[in-house]
Amino acid sequence: MTDDELRYREQWGRVFAVVVGRFGDVELAEEVTQEAFEAAIEHWDPTRGPVPTGWLVVTARNRAIDRLRRDRTWAARAHLLVRDDVVEDPVDAMEDSDVVDERLELIFTCCHPALAVDAQVALTLRALGGLSTREIARCFLVPESTMAQRLVRAKRKIRAAAIPFRVPPPDLLAERIGAVLAVVYLIFNEGYSGRDDLSQEAIRLGRALADLLPDEPEVHGLLAVMLFHDSRRAARFDGTELVLLADQDRSLWDVGRIAEGRRELDRARRLHGNGSYVLQASIAASHAVDGSDWHRIAQLYTDLALRTGSPVVELNRAVAVAEDEGPEAGLALMEGLPLEEYRYLHAARGELLRRLGRTDEAADAYARALTLTDDPAERRLLQRRLDELHRP
Amino acid sequence: MKYMMLINQGSGPTPQSPDEWARLDAADQQQVVADYQAINATPGVTPGHGLQLPETATTVRVHDGRTSTTDGPFAGTEEALGGYFVFEADHLDAAIELAARVPAARLGGAVEIRPIMEW
Repeated sequence: MTDDELRYREQWGRVFAVVVGRFGDVELAEEVTQEAFEAAIEHWDPTRGPVPTGWLVVTARNRAIDRLRRDRTWAARAHLLVRDDVVEDPVDAMEDSDVVDERLELIFTCCHPALAVDAQVALTLRALGGLSTREIARCFLVPESTMAQRLVRAKRKIRAAAIPFRVPPPDLLAERIGAVLAVVYLIFNEGYSGRDDLSQEAIRLGRALADLLPDEPEVHGLLAVMLFHDSRRAARFDGTELVLLADQDRSLWDVGRIAEGRRELDRARRLHGNGSYVLQASIAASHAVDGSDWHRIAQLYTDLALRTGSPVVELNRAVAVAEDEGPEAGLALMEGLPLEEYRYLHAARGELLRRLGRTDEAADAYARALTLTDDPAERRLLQRRLDELHRP
Repeated sequence: MKYMMLINQGSGPTPQSPDEWARLDAADQQQVVADYQAINATPGVTPGHGLQLPETATTVRVHDGRTSTTDGPFAGTEEALGGYFVFEADHLDAAIELAARVPAARLGGAVEIRPIMEW
């Protein structure tokens, strides 16, 4: 992402949030934010430097007032206008620091549990990420019209049901932060399987959240998890071939990302964080920094399993135990996990059976994993493993 | 903002189905009654009504000017409305908080929050 793009995305969220805060209407905010950026292209003199956020905010606000007064579609919402809405000259509003930052309120609206998760994700990318409907549609492999419909429904529901624009009160905060972090992590993971721009957007959102909620350990924990995973991006593929962690060329790992992840994790620990993102970050840090201390990683997975009750976490714990205590111990823990349809269970069993010399069983496990994935890179990796079994 | 709070009893116990109701001990039964009273006394609430069992419903349609009458609720018995009240509040979070206090929500039923159309 270029500096200009970064600045654009940052400003988009700020402007959008201020308009929602003022007029309480996400549809209106989207239209006038778009217009403000178009107006900047037309009217802002670039020799004066990049367009200030304040200029965009005032322009967007003026457009909103204009519409509410004149446009018939919006006239029914004229009650959104308050009497002291003065139309200022945008040129007077130059200082970015004068613009109140209401992105936190906005993200809690976008990730409200009364919206479906796919709508939360799309809305967060649109309102805070500044991605266009077409870009979001492409990311999630759905037709643009489907994505547009999803966004329209979500925006209408926010207005119709009066989903609040606010930072939730303390008794709701932990739960609602959980929803926000889940959306950001989902965006990151969508990007991890190849659509890099989504991962970068998730990291950007994670950094903004860490600024806005500096005292919440899980926020720093999630940012750290994303940074550690992202640090291995260049090493995860050799050409188009998937490279597993143990085989990765560590010189390709991004040391800047690892250092930033480390700082975020330290911050989370100073805040006494031990939630599931902090634990995941600790595991990722152990791979990145300590050269995979499997004993400690197994312990961390035990804690994480207690917290999440997730069989996928149990599987990861079994893998760590296998590395620490040997394949037999890992296989025993994999017995009976309710993951019959989960390809990574069979791939992991195949690997442990191979190490034990139980070649036929290993081949069955790899073959089972192959039937459960359509991803070409994963299929090639599994096929290589299968072929290697029969080689002396 | 006005919300219609639609209560669905699901398979939960109500005094109208004595066998189910008897599964609750006396203290729980009293708590259910007290909770509904407290909700009706909450500022912003306009008490509505509890409805008799869905089996007592009659559904009416008009086709080409002819009235057709059928036995039972419009929705399936399980999904049928069990009661309602109106709640006026600033935003959806307030309605969610109140909905969570409706006994049906914890006894196997659910509460559906519908914003009331304003003209």
